[in-house]
Amino acid sequence: MNSFWLHPSLILIVGALLLPLVPARLKKVYLLLIPVLVFVRTLNLSQGSFAPVHFLDWVLVFGRVDKLSLVFGYIMSLMCMLGTLYGLHVKENAQHIASWIYVAGSIGAIFAGDFITLFLFWEVMAFSSVFLIWFRRRPESLSAGLRYLLVHVAGGLALLGGIVLHCRTTGSWSFNALDVHHPTAAIYLILIGFILNAAVPPFHAWLPDAYGEATFNGSVFMCAFTTKTAVYALCRGFAGMEILVPLGVIMALYGVVYAVLENDCRRLLAYHIISQVGYMVAGVGLGTAMAINGACAHAFAHILYKGLLFMGCGAVLHMTGESKFTELGGLWKKMPWTFVFTLIGGLSISAFPLFSGFVSKSMIVAAGFEEHKYWVGFFLLLASAGTFLHTGLKVPYFIWFGKNQPKPEVLNRVAEPPINMMVAMAIASALCIFIGCYTPYLYRMLPFPVDYQPYTAYHISETLQILLFTGVGFFLLLQKLNPEPKISLDLDWFYRMGGRAFLWGARKPMQAVDTFVGELYRLAGLIPLMKTARLAGLFDNGVIDGAVDGFAQSVRSLGRRLRSAQRGQMQENLAFAFAVAALLIVAFVIYSYR
Amino acid sequence: MKLVQLIEYLRNRLKAVVRICFGLLALLILLDALLVNKEHAHTRIEHFPAFWSIFGFLGCVVIIIASKWFGHAGIMTREDYYDE
Repeated sequence: MNSFWLHPSLILIVGALLLPLVPARLKKVYLLLIPVLVFVRTLNLSQGSFAPVHFLDWVLVFGRVDKLSLVFGYIMSLMCMLGTLYGLHVKENAQHIASWIYVAGSIGAIFAGDFITLFLFWEVMAFSSVFLIWFRRRPESLSAGLRYLLVHVAGGLALLGGIVLHCRTTGSWSFNALDVHHPTAAIYLILIGFILNAAVPPFHAWLPDAYGEATFNGSVFMCAFTTKTAVYALCRGFAGMEILVPLGVIMALYGVVYAVLENDCRRLLAYHIISQVGYMVAGVGLGTAMAINGACAHAFAHILYKGLLFMGCGAVLHMTGESKFTELGGLWKKMPWTFVFTLIGGLSISAFPLFSGFVSKSMIVAAGFEEHKYWVGFFLLLASAGTFLHTGLKVPYFIWFGKNQPKPEVLNRVAEPPINMMVAMAIASALCIFIGCYTPYLYRMLPFPVDYQPYTAYHISETLQILLFTGVGFFLLLQKLNPEPKISLDLDWFYRMGGRAFLWGARKPMQAVDTFVGELYRLAGLIPLMKTARLAGLFDNGVIDGAVDGFAQSVRSLGRRLRSAQRGQMQENLAFAFAVAALLIVAFVIYSYR
Repeated sequence: MKLVQLIEYLRNRLKAVVRICFGLLALLILLDALLVNKEHAHTRIEHFPAFWSIFGFLGCVVIIIASKWFGHAGIMTREDYYDE
């Protein structure tokens, strides 16, 4: 089948490349039109395998459409619309181009049917999203972007190595469920590539580093695509991989712990991405139909509410120029609607009944209990208490209320963000509530048939008790939670300081060695050289000149004597020469026999 | 703007709001103890009255105290730590 199959990513890439040619007055319409076209195209995809491309010895499958890839493709293109709407007023074309190509990479990876195509789009994601960091144009942005790229290139190399090894042994390049019960080195390498993008500890530190530093709308895009594409890839390849269960639970709690310490609201949200992706990773590790459904549903809900939260905090950053809790507070009079939207995001991520997290997160927890892995269920519920504590309470409280105040000149000019940002937040909020209230919308899209009812009296009572009493704890310990103007060291310390150690190594010991060698050269080389030169001068003047002069003198006197011995007799000359030769031969023979 | 007025109204009556919240919490525990069917509980310990309330509250306290301890054990540092 070689008929043309319109890839959703192709619309985005061509759309992005044509953007600079669009006249200014049509630009906003164009910016809205392209993501809508992508979304419509994704909605109209029929299931099957499309667009095989024969390249060298390989068959690249660009369009593998099934229920699993469709649910991710659907939410990615939906988020692309919301994200573009949110950043609609951004004038710089390059920012839109970077984010669209980034989304195209993500959608391309999701519909990829083979490892080569997957890897191709995987790298497109890394190399386009780094611009969303660089476009913030702070001095820190450049180095944060370089670190981001460095980590992702390392992950990409692990993935590529794994892919090549895997395909050498199996002979097939197609990307399907891997043999997770007998993992080989190749499978582990692929796993490392995937979990690095999913920000599983110890490969997670790039995430808060990058998402805290990206532009106000760059983070809205970034928080949705990289980690969730990795969750898709894990769902596809690693369902049932045991090790992912403890890793996911560790992630869920790790993010919570660091969120307590965090003073920057967007870095706090970034740590909660790690925490929430932990649920999905644990779900993939459990591997049952319900757990995979839960991972997909949670990824779907997560993209919306986390996008919404980054929009809310991004709006605050955009309007105040601040993202630190110690520099913010009391904004409720100035940005009340942004507060309400952020609160809706916070309630959704915390899984309050009637909000989206409630119907998705609980599937994973329930799958853990059903597998009789009680510790998984209890630890994940503990993490959800922590989620409400930070995202539902700490973020809204310390930005919109709290004792701190921004600087007076900031407070005076603050207002609600531009209308397009407000509309994007309103739509995302409405979707969060819609998903929470009308469960079939989400459940029908999931890869397996859903036999799960989140709205039971027991489940509602359990959730409300956990969350509301977490709220009691929050207000009782409010003093302890006061933000501190500090940063927290994470595992990025190793490569940040490792890089510095390398630089220090280049600067200090290398410099010292260089100086030492220089000194050595001066002492052992230059000084003796000078002395030798002086001696050589003396030698030249005294000895050589003398010798040459003397030699000339002796040649002349020898010549005079020879002249007297030379009488023009050939025989005498030959006899003299033979006598010398014979003398030399006899001397040689005697010498060698001794 | 009406939303600002609503928030202001609630802020001015903070004590009443807090009391109502505590009332609702008590009601929640009562309903859980008396009405909610615990047949679907995963473990026996969940049948303990107000188990999830205690879990939520203690969980929150443990998270805050443990994290702060962890942070002050050397993880939190000055903001210009990475600056050259």
